[in-house]
Amino acid sequence: MEASEKKIDDGYEFVMPHLVIKELIAVIIASAGLLAWSLLANAPLLSIADPNKTENPAKAPWYFVGLQELLVYFDPWIAGVTIPTIIIVGLMLLPYLDVRKTGAGQYSFRPRMPEVIFFVFGFAMWIILILVGQFLRGPNWQFYWPWEDWSVAKSAEETLANMSSWMGIGFLILYFGVGFALPALLCKGLFRKMGSARYLTAIALVLLMYGVVVKIVLRLVFNIRYILTTPWFNI
Amino acid sequence: MSRNLKKVTESQLWRSIFRHKFSDTPRNRVLTVVSNFFLHLHPPKVHTRGLKIRHTFCLGGLTFYMFIVETITGVLLMFYYRPTIEYAYLDMRLLEHVVKFGPIMRNLHRWAAHAMVILVMMHMLRVFLTGSYKPPREFNWVIGVTLLVLTLLLSFTGYLLPWDQLSFWAITVGTRMGGATPFIGAEGPFHTALGIRPDNDVRYLLLGDTVVGENALLRFYVLHCILLPLAATVFLLVHFWRVRKDGGISHPL
Repeated sequence: MEASEKKIDDGYEFVMPHLVIKELIAVIIASAGLLAWSLLANAPLLSIADPNKTENPAKAPWYFVGLQELLVYFDPWIAGVTIPTIIIVGLMLLPYLDVRKTGAGQYSFRPRMPEVIFFVFGFAMWIILILVGQFLRGPNWQFYWPWEDWSVAKSAEETLANMSSWMGIGFLILYFGVGFALPALLCKGLFRKMGSARYLTAIALVLLMYGVVVKIVLRLVFNIRYILTTPWFNI
Repeated sequence: MSRNLKKVTESQLWRSIFRHKFSDTPRNRVLTVVSNFFLHLHPPKVHTRGLKIRHTFCLGGLTFYMFIVETITGVLLMFYYRPTIEYAYLDMRLLEHVVKFGPIMRNLHRWAAHAMVILVMMHMLRVFLTGSYKPPREFNWVIGVTLLVLTLLLSFTGYLLPWDQLSFWAITVGTRMGGATPFIGAEGPFHTALGIRPDNDVRYLLLGDTVVGENALLRFYVLHCILLPLAATVFLLVHFWRVRKDGGISHPL
């Protein structure tokens, strides 16, 4: 009795050989690619570590360069600690915030448009920040196009201004106030459907994500350094 | 020939290892999977949609494969590497020029590490786009995020070990951010509230010193070779187990 002859179409296939063979092929291709990469390119090794000779620019490993790039726009406690913490916690909370059953187990865009847009936006931002930090930043973290010469020094002078206290507080209240209210007003029943805890957490995470972009734009376009300055911390 | 083969496959030794025949029957296909320690991660049968390459692009599996490559090449590298300031860089140079297959061993370890980070990111994107974090798989997504963090930490701790200018300054820059942690970092907001100084803050805990030096090298080495791989292994096992328990590779209900 051949297994293939007695095929029952219940939407399931035998793992052996249908899945195992595909895994084997994937592993062979990955191994070949990895071996070719390792034969063609050597892992970098510079001169011995010297604490007295600062590398300029000193870059973090590429997957953390996106956070390092954020140091241009935020103080270290935000760029290096708060933002990554919120990203990790936000990612972990995702399945508990998005409780719609639509699109489970298959690629779908239209039925899940808001979720997909938010997630892909954040993912793309992560990649873009890494690319900018890794390939477009030269000495003193100045911006250099790939065809520009790093030995030509760029002026570090920038005149940046802070928002006044009242303007800063007003700006934050306006941004978060409108941000929290708008989705509930535009999408009738959303607040009730999600419940207050889910709604507030989800919208807060989305607002913080877009807030990073807002801060970048404020800095690049309007030369704003801090939105809010306090004796203890600045935002 | 076939008589000899029969002799082998019917010997006590053979039957003690392989507990079923190899004729192509549904029963044997199931037994191949469930009576094999390595294959029994899989169910005997999978949903046809889960078999489609375009559903998963094998991203999770390949991430795990990179972890295996890292483990094997990493153990080999450990034979040639001493985590002290006197020897670390010297051992890297010896690996490059003296040790047979040294460069390829190190290149494989380095590039597979990069590949693992890229693959785990792509795997997360795939799982999101297929809505595979939805009930009943919510908690496995949380474990997956933990594995993403562990992957980044594994890669980061390994980055210091060559002890060259690239690694030294990357870790200096990276850990400086830790010093900016609110309350528990010496340069973070509100650090005075708890009496935190550079020699007792969270960065000191990580480096064993106020600067990247001998202690940091040893700490990163132990984290990289023992603690983080063990943690990753435990989380990986739970991750795979839960894929099975939550109904296998996701498919539309």
